[in-house]
Formats: sequence, structure tokens, C-alpha cells
Amino acid sequence: MSISIRHVTKRFDDFLALDDVSVEVGSGSLTALLGPSGSGKSTLLRIVAGLETADAGSVSIDGVDVTGRPPQKRGVGFVFQHYAAFKHMTVHDNVAFGLRIRKRPKAEIEERVSRLLQLVQLDRFAKRFPSQLSGGQRQRMGLARALAIDPSVLLLDEPFGALDARVRAELREWLRRLHEETHTTTVIVTHDQDEAMEVADEVAVMSQGRIEQVGTPREVYERPENEFVMTFVGQAHRIGDAFVRPHDLEVTLEPNGATREVMVERIVHFGFSVRIDLVDAEGERLSVETTRDDAELLELETGQIIYVEAARQTMFT
Amino acid sequence: MGRLGLRFVALGYLVVILVGPLLMMVWRTTEDLDGAWAAITAPDTVSAFKLTLLVTVIAVAVNTVFGIVCALVIVRGNIPGRGFLNAFIDLPLALSPVIVGFSLVVLYGASGWLSWFTDHGFEIVYATPSIALATIFVTLPFVAREVVPTLREIGTEQEQAAQTLGATGWQTFWRITLPSIRWAVVYGVVLTAARAIGEFGAVAIVSGNIVGKTQTATLRVEDAYQFSYGNYAPAYGISFVLAATAILVLVTMILLQPKGAKH
Repeated sequence: MSISIRHVTKRFDDFLALDDVSVEVGSGSLTALLGPSGSGKSTLLRIVAGLETADAGSVSIDGVDVTGRPPQKRGVGFVFQHYAAFKHMTVHDNVAFGLRIRKRPKAEIEERVSRLLQLVQLDRFAKRFPSQLSGGQRQRMGLARALAIDPSVLLLDEPFGALDARVRAELREWLRRLHEETHTTTVIVTHDQDEAMEVADEVAVMSQGRIEQVGTPREVYERPENEFVMTFVGQAHRIGDAFVRPHDLEVTLEPNGATREVMVERIVHFGFSVRIDLVDAEGERLSVETTRDDAELLELETGQIIYVEAARQTMFT
Repeated sequence: MGRLGLRFVALGYLVVILVGPLLMMVWRTTEDLDGAWAAITAPDTVSAFKLTLLVTVIAVAVNTVFGIVCALVIVRGNIPGRGFLNAFIDLPLALSPVIVGFSLVVLYGASGWLSWFTDHGFEIVYATPSIALATIFVTLPFVAREVVPTLREIGTEQEQAAQTLGATGWQTFWRITLPSIRWAVVYGVVLTAARAIGEFGAVAIVSGNIVGKTQTATLRVEDAYQFSYGNYAPAYGISFVLAATAILVLVTMILLQPKGAKH
């Protein structure tokens, strides 16, 4: 079901958290709200859930205005960064909570809970308490709990932010597959651009309470509409008036008219890719990303003087 | 010295201050068991125990509800004056119980602002209501003081999660908030009960100390001591019951508490 956010403004005392924000989230899509901390992305998500109220503007879910509705009556699934597990309940009872509140028949609850626990691979842990689970398991329980009420939309607030890198990567992929199966309209808040790129089919980049750009991951990366999106989504160096991505810089050992003289400061190996940290005569730092094979051909050493040229660059007027 | 010495000092202190007097009392009680038993089972003593029990139950019930509500207001409310409430709730700890009792007598007594009740046949002073009021007053902070830090610690995320899952405010309170603070409440209740059973000063002033009517167990001990004429067995016997009750309550609580719980 679609979500439509229109002209939402929210102020906390002196701080303008959201400044006339409008976004459309298509039915069945997986949208990421991407931005640095303090950009208002979590506040926006909480307003959609009804956990915060907007000072102005409206929120519609599936064409129905829910602006004045309390969270209980919005039918959204919400997943919290720090899990918000009900610590005094077992995994089973956590997942069953929403169904028990809705007074569903016992048999139906049991059937649904066991199916969800299977889905999140926690069926063996049904009788455990949250304190006996790992972070990743707790968050999977949080997801199952949110999905139990068959939500119209699924909202995730930095869901993998408190997990270590490997578990985070696993859960991302798992969320992606889950979404492909269920097609529940999903909004995920994240400050991690890799996460947004990997998981979402639509990214809304936010900064200082405003939406900077909405588009597919490829669009916001390849055709950023402004300086903020250019530098926040992926890396970019400012060279003169233009912005260049590290992988769009070409390294040569001889100067030609358009190149820039730089010194190799450090060479960092990431497996397939290699990053070469550089510093120019004015002390400004930049880096080049290239493949391991290309880097090897150049036979670079720290302290060596080389030349770089932008193969592709972007300018904002 | 070092850790061993420190432990010795702490234990020695406990023995001198706490265990010694209690042991002495137990010892004296066993010296004249018949006399102690006769005093404990005397009708006026039984009546005193019953009154103490009644007043304790009332104080615990009232202050548990009030304490939880107060803690919720202090931690979760955003009404003006909650800082004031937070500071004010400790007043009974600072105030001498004698002053509490005296102020109640002044308020509800013959020419007090609330003498209306007494004038209309609803006796407060020198009757059970004033004893209950005095006890409620002196035991007011315990539940709230225990619940406030726990409530702060659990935060609001679980409650918000319950809301998004459809739980009303009332359902959220009963199914999420209360179970999360239950050990703090239990601890507060134990402290409240212990203090209520032991209260003397405020009750001594407001009750009138009428034997068999408004005499609580602690007042009964004082009476037995004052009018002992060299026979202390009754005082020891009743004190023993009160002390044993307190210790029993504490031990029960420790046994009930799950491992890893607070306190």
C-alpha cells in the first residue's frame, strides 16, 4: 500500500527537524530514507507510524488520511534500532503480542506465530527470552513481531545499526528476499549509503530536515541533483568547481596538459579493489579507486609522484 | 588490613549495630517462653496485631497505586510541576513522624480545618482513619522511589512497540510497563510494609493509644515496656513477633527474586 507524505513540518523546541517534507512511497516498494544523523529521517518515519505528531502537513496510507490517528489504529509494523524486545516475554509471546491484542483465536495465533518463527529461523528459540538471544536474532524476532499483525506498511528505523558488519550484511540480504516474497510496502531508515543502495529500490536522500533527491539507487549515485547528494551518496572529491568520484580518476605516470601532479601517500588493498590515497602540492588530499590488476601494472610506491585526470566529472550550477 | 580487614570492619559493624540487639531480644524471649506466649495471645495484643495488619494493608495498597502513578508522572509525564513532585515526595523521609502525627491532629482535631468530619460523627483522630493516614504519610516515598529509576532505565521503546502492535494505553500499562517494573514494585511494597508495621511516632500521637481499640503492635510493645514492673517477657514476646515478621518478609523477597534482577 502506498504512503503519501505531504508538506510535513516538525519542530523540537528550536530545532527544525522536518521542513515542509513531501514524499510518495509507491505500493509494494522498498524505499530507503538515507541521510546523516539529525537529517530528520527517523522523525519522518516515526510520524508515519504515529509515534510523533507533525506540526503541519499530512500522512496518508493507501489513500486514507491517517494524520490524526494514534499508532494503534494505523496498522503499521515498526522495527526499532535497539529491538524494543519485550524482555519479560518469550520469543513466542513477543511475536504473538499483536495477535493477542487483536483477540485472534488461539489456534490461529499458534499457527501464525510458528510460521513466522520459521520464516525468521527462530523456531528453535520460541521458548527463550530475548536476553538469551544474539543481537541479530533479537532483530529477526522484532521483524517477526511486526509482521505478525499483517501490517499495511513495514517501517524499519535503523534496524541493523546496532549489529556487527557480517550480521548486518546477512540481514540486509534476508530483508531483500523477504520483501521479494511478501511485497509489503517497506520504508527503511539508514545512515549507511551501502545499505540503502543494496536493499532499496528507491532512495530518498535527506539532509537538515529536507528531501534532497528521490530516485533509484543508480539515479542518485550517477545523477545526483546537488552537491550534498554527490558527496553523501558515495565518495566524491572537489577539484576546482567540479566533483569527481574516486573511480573516475585516471592515473598516469607522465603529465599531459590536463593532469594534476600528486604524491602517493598510501596504498590500501581491499581484495578486488585498491585505493590510492594522494596528496597534491597544496596539501589537498584525494583518492583513486582502481582494480588490483590496474594498480599492479602501475607499480606504485609511497612517495612516488604521479599524475591524475578526471575521466568523468560533475558540476552543479 | 586490605580486603580482609575491610570485611571484618563491615561485619563487626553489622553485628554491633544490627545483630547484637536482635539476638539479645531473642535470647530474652526464650528465657520466659510461657510469659511471652501469654502476652502474644492476650486479646488486647491480638487486637493490636490485627490493627497493625489492617493499617499496613491500607498503607501498602494506597501507596502502591499512588507510588506507581507518581513515578509515571515524574518519569513519563510532561506536565509542569513534576520536578516539584519529585522533590516533594521525599518529604516524609526528612520529616520527624512525631511532627506528622501532630500536624494530623491539628488538621482533623477539634478546631482544625478539617474538623468537619469529626463534628459529623466520622471520627478520624484517636481512631483507625488517623492511624492509617499517619502510616500512609510516613510510607509514601518507598514505592515511587523504587519505581522511578527502573522506569527510567527501561525507556519508552517497548511501550511504543506495543502501541504500534495495537495495544491501548491501558493494555500497554498492564502487559508491558507493569511487568517491567514488577521487582521495583515488590521491593517498594516490602519497604512500605516493613515501615508501616514498625511505625511508632506518628501513630503514637494520632491514635490515642486506647488498649484493645487504637493500640497498634508497636504501641503495645511500648506499653508492655513502660508498665512492665520488672517483667519484660510481654515486651520481648511481642517485639519478637514483629522482628520475625520483618525478617520473614525480607527473606521471602530475596527468595522470590529471580537471578540477575535488580537489588
